[in-house]
Amino acid sequence: MKRCLIVGATSAIAEETGRILAREGARLVLAARDRAKLEAVAADLALRGAQVEGVFPFDALDPEGFEALVARADEALGGFDHLLVAHGVLPPPGEVDREVHERLASLRVNAGSVIGLLTAVAPRMKARGTGVIAVIGSVAGDRGRRSNYEYGAAKAAVHAYLEGLRAELAPAGVRVLTIKPGRVDTPMTRDFEKGALWATAPQVARGMVRAMERRQGVVYLPGIWRWIMLVLRVLPESLFRRLPL
Amino acid sequence: MKPEPRSWGRWPRARHELRALRWRHEPLPLAPEDSPALPAGNGRSYGDVALNDGGILLDARGLDRFIAFDPHRGIVRAEAGVLLAELLELVLPAGWFLPVTPGTRFVTLGGAVANDIHGKNHHHAGSFGHHVTALELLRSDGSRFRLSPDERPKLFRATVGGLGLTGLITWVELALRPLGPAPSAPSAPSAASEARPADSRPELRIETETLPFEGLGAFFDLSRDSDEAWEHTVAWLDLSPGAQERARGLFMRGNHASREEGTGDPSSRSAPGGPRGGEPGAGMADRELLRAAGLLPPRLSVPFVPPVSLVNGVTVALFNRAYRLREGRRRGRRKVPLGPFFHPLDGVRHWNRVYGPGGFVQWQCVLPEGEAREGLAAILRGLRLGGAASFLSVLKVFGEREGVGVLSFARPGVTLAVDLVHRGIETLALLDALDRIVVEAGGAIYPAKDARMAPATFRASFPGWEAMGPHLDPALSSSFWRRVTGSDSAANTGAHERAGAHSGRER
Ligand SMILES: Cc1cc2nc3c(=O)[nH]c(=O)nc-3n(C[C@H](O)[C@H](O)[C@H](O)COP(=O)(O)OP(=O)(O)OC[C@H]3O[C@@H](n4cnc5c(N)ncnc54)[C@H](O)[C@@H]3O)c2cc1C
Ligand SMILES: NC(=O)c1ccc[n+]([C@@H]2O[C@H](COP(=O)([O-])OP(=O)(O)OC[C@H]3O[C@@H](n4cnc5c(N)ncnc54)[C@H](OP(=O)(O)O)[C@@H]3O)[C@@H](O)[C@H]2O)c1
Repeated sequence: MKRCLIVGATSAIAEETGRILAREGARLVLAARDRAKLEAVAADLALRGAQVEGVFPFDALDPEGFEALVARADEALGGFDHLLVAHGVLPPPGEVDREVHERLASLRVNAGSVIGLLTAVAPRMKARGTGVIAVIGSVAGDRGRRSNYEYGAAKAAVHAYLEGLRAELAPAGVRVLTIKPGRVDTPMTRDFEKGALWATAPQVARGMVRAMERRQGVVYLPGIWRWIMLVLRVLPESLFRRLPL
Repeated sequence: MKPEPRSWGRWPRARHELRALRWRHEPLPLAPEDSPALPAGNGRSYGDVALNDGGILLDARGLDRFIAFDPHRGIVRAEAGVLLAELLELVLPAGWFLPVTPGTRFVTLGGAVANDIHGKNHHHAGSFGHHVTALELLRSDGSRFRLSPDERPKLFRATVGGLGLTGLITWVELALRPLGPAPSAPSAPSAASEARPADSRPELRIETETLPFEGLGAFFDLSRDSDEAWEHTVAWLDLSPGAQERARGLFMRGNHASREEGTGDPSSRSAPGGPRGGEPGAGMADRELLRAAGLLPPRLSVPFVPPVSLVNGVTVALFNRAYRLREGRRRGRRKVPLGPFFHPLDGVRHWNRVYGPGGFVQWQCVLPEGEAREGLAAILRGLRLGGAASFLSVLKVFGEREGVGVLSFARPGVTLAVDLVHRGIETLALLDALDRIVVEAGGAIYPAKDARMAPATFRASFPGWEAMGPHLDPALSSSFWRRVTGSDSAANTGAHERAGAHSGRER
C-alpha cells in the first residue's frame, strides 16, 4: 500500500489524485492551509477507501512549518514513500504593474515553498533509499509567455530544481517526477474561456498516478502537450513572441 | 453568449453565466447587483426547471464529496452534487441500495430532492423526499439551515420538490434500502434501523416478470394484482403511429432477488463478500461488483447531434415493434442486474441527441385514480388524432402516499410519460389540449419534464403553490418559475408565439 503525503491536498487536481489512491486503499496524510476544506476532503477520501492518518495545516508562505510538517507526516505514516506537491497560485494578468511584494509572494508560493519542502523531504527519502517525489509544474514553465511569465518563471525554477534533484536521488533509488499539466479546468482557471485543449482534473489525476508507477522523469498531461511544447520550445523567440499566447 | 441546449430535452435553449461551486461551507458566489441565480444539478430535467435564461447558474456538480456513511444503519450523508451513480458505488458493497431511483442514475442528490423524484416503487416507498432524513439549505443572505421533517418543517416542505428556488441544498442525508428481499413491512422506510450482519453478501439482481397486455382495463387489473407483492411495477406502452388507442404494452414487475436462490450463479460469485462487505470504510465498489450489478459506465454513445431528428413515425414504429417482440419473448420470470432493470436508458450516453437540433419534449401527467381510465383514453385518442408518435411511453400506478413537498408531483393516481419530437406549434398545441384533459380530471403535469405548460395549468396542478411564497430565496429564480407564475413577460404568450420562437432558433 502506498504511504503518501499530499501537500496542497485541497487543490482540485490533488483531490482527484487522492480519490484514485483511496480506491487502492492507500494510507494518506493530507496538508493544506484551509482547515474546513481539508476536513471535507479527508472525510470523503476516507469513505472512498483511504486510511487517512493525519490532516495537518500547511501554509506555503510559512517556511518555518515545513520541517515540522514533514516530520509529523513521517511519523503518522511510518515513513512515507510517496510525496505529491500540488499547491500553487496563478497571479492575475497585468504583469508589469504588480507590486513587488505581491510578485515575490507568488514566487514564494510557486517556487520557494516547493524547494523548501523538498529540502526537508529529500534527505529522509534518500536515507530510506526508496520512494517517489511527484511535483506539479506546468507547461507555463517551458517558455516565458506574455500572459503569465511570473507564474512561468516560478514553474521553470521548480523544473530545473527537480531535474537536479532527480539526478542526485536516482542512485539512492528515489524517483523524482515532474508533472507538466497543460490547461486544466479547476478553480485556478475559473475565469478562463474553456476550449478544446482543456483537460479535466480527474483526467490529469489519472495520468499522474500512472506516471508515478512508471520510470518516468518528466510527464506532460494530457500527452498531447508533449508535442505542442516540443514545437513551442524550439521556436525562436522572434517568432514565439508574435504568437497570441 | 449564445443560447445553448442545456436541459435533457435540448429545448428550450438558454443563455447562462455559469458559476462552479466547490466548497459547501462557502457562501453563494453572488453579489447584490447580480441577476437572478439558480442552483443546477446534472441537467437531467427535460424542460426548463434547471434553466435560468439570462441569469446565473450555480453549478453544484462540484459539491461531490461523501460526508458520512453508517453501513450498519444504512444512513448516508453526501454533498448535493454527488450523482446517484456515485452514491451507489459507496453503498452497494455494504449491502445497501437507493430507497427510490428514477429511470437514470445520472442525477444529483440535490436534483433528486428539488424535483422530489419518484421511481417504480412509489406504491411501496413513496418518493425521494420521504427518505430524506435531513439536509442543509444555504440561502443567498448567507444563512444556513438544517432541515428535516422535524426541524423547520415548513421550509423543509418548501425545499423538497422546491425546484431550487428556496436556496442551495449543500448536503443531503438519506435513509437507504437494504439489498435483497423487502423486509417484512415493505412500506416502512425505517427498515434501515435494523442492524446488518457484517458478512452480508449483497444480492445485485432483481427478479422480474414481464407480462404483455392490451387495453387499459388489462393494465389496471395487472397493476392492482401486483401492487402488494411486487415492490417495483411499471408498464411500457406502445404509442407508435396508429397504435395509440389499442393501449398495447408490457407490464413489468420486479422484486429484489434473494440470496439463497442465487447461489451457484456467476453474479453471486463475483459479488464481494468476506471482509469487505458491510465493513465501515470498506471503500468503493470495484469493477467486478459494478459489472455484476450492471452499473458500469455506458460504453455506447451518440457522438453528435444529427442534422434531423432520427425519431420519426417510421423509427418509432420499428423500435416499439422490436421492443415488444424482444421483451415479449422474455415473458416469465428471470433475474436481471440492478442497472438494466432500473436504468435501461443509461446504456447509451447522450441518447437525447437522436432527436436532432430541434430537441424534444417530454410530457408527464398524473390523473387521480377515479378519473384515470377515461382521462387516459382521452389522452391516447388525442395523441392519435394529433398524429404524435411517442418513442418511449411509460405508465404506472402511484401509491397512496402524498408527497412531502409543497410542489411534489407524485401523488395517488396514475402517471403517463411520453416523449415527442418537437415539431413546433403542432406539438405545443397538442400538448395544450392534453393539459386540458389533465386539469379537467384534477391531475397534474410534472415540472421536471415540462417546458411549456401554461400558468393556469401549473396553478391547477399545484393548488398549494402560493405556500412557497415566504420561503422563496429573493436572489433565485428560474425560467420555469418566471413562466408559470407569469412574472415573465414571455410567459403569457400562447403556443403560437412560443412555437415561432422555437423555429426561429433553428435557423
Ligand atoms: C432518462 C431519464 C429518466 C428519468 N426518469 C425519471 C423517473 O423515473 N422519475 C422521476 O421523478 N424523474 C425522472 N427523470 C427526471 C430526473 O430524475 C429529474 O429531472 C432530476 O431532478 C434531475 O436531476 P439533476 O441532478 O440532473 O438536476 P437538474 O435537472 O440539473 O435540476 C433539477 C432541479 O433541481 C434543482 N437543483 C439541482 N441541484 C440543486 C441543489 N444543490 N440545491 C437546490 N436545488 C438544486 C434545480 O434548480 C432544478 O430545479 C428522468 C430523467 C431522465 C433523463
Ligand atoms: N489548472 C491548470 O490549468 C494548471 C495547469 C498547470 C499546472 N497547474 C498546477 O496544478 C497544481 C494544482 O492546481 P489546481 O489547478 O488544482 O488549482 P486549485 O484547485 O486552485 O488548487 C490550488 C491549491 O493551492 C493552494 N494554495 C494556494 N496558495 C497557498 C498557500 N499560500 N499555502 C498553501 N496552499 C496554497 C490552494 O489552497 P486554498 O484552497 O486554501 O486556496 C489550493 O488548494 C498547481 O501547482 C498549479 O500550478 C494547474
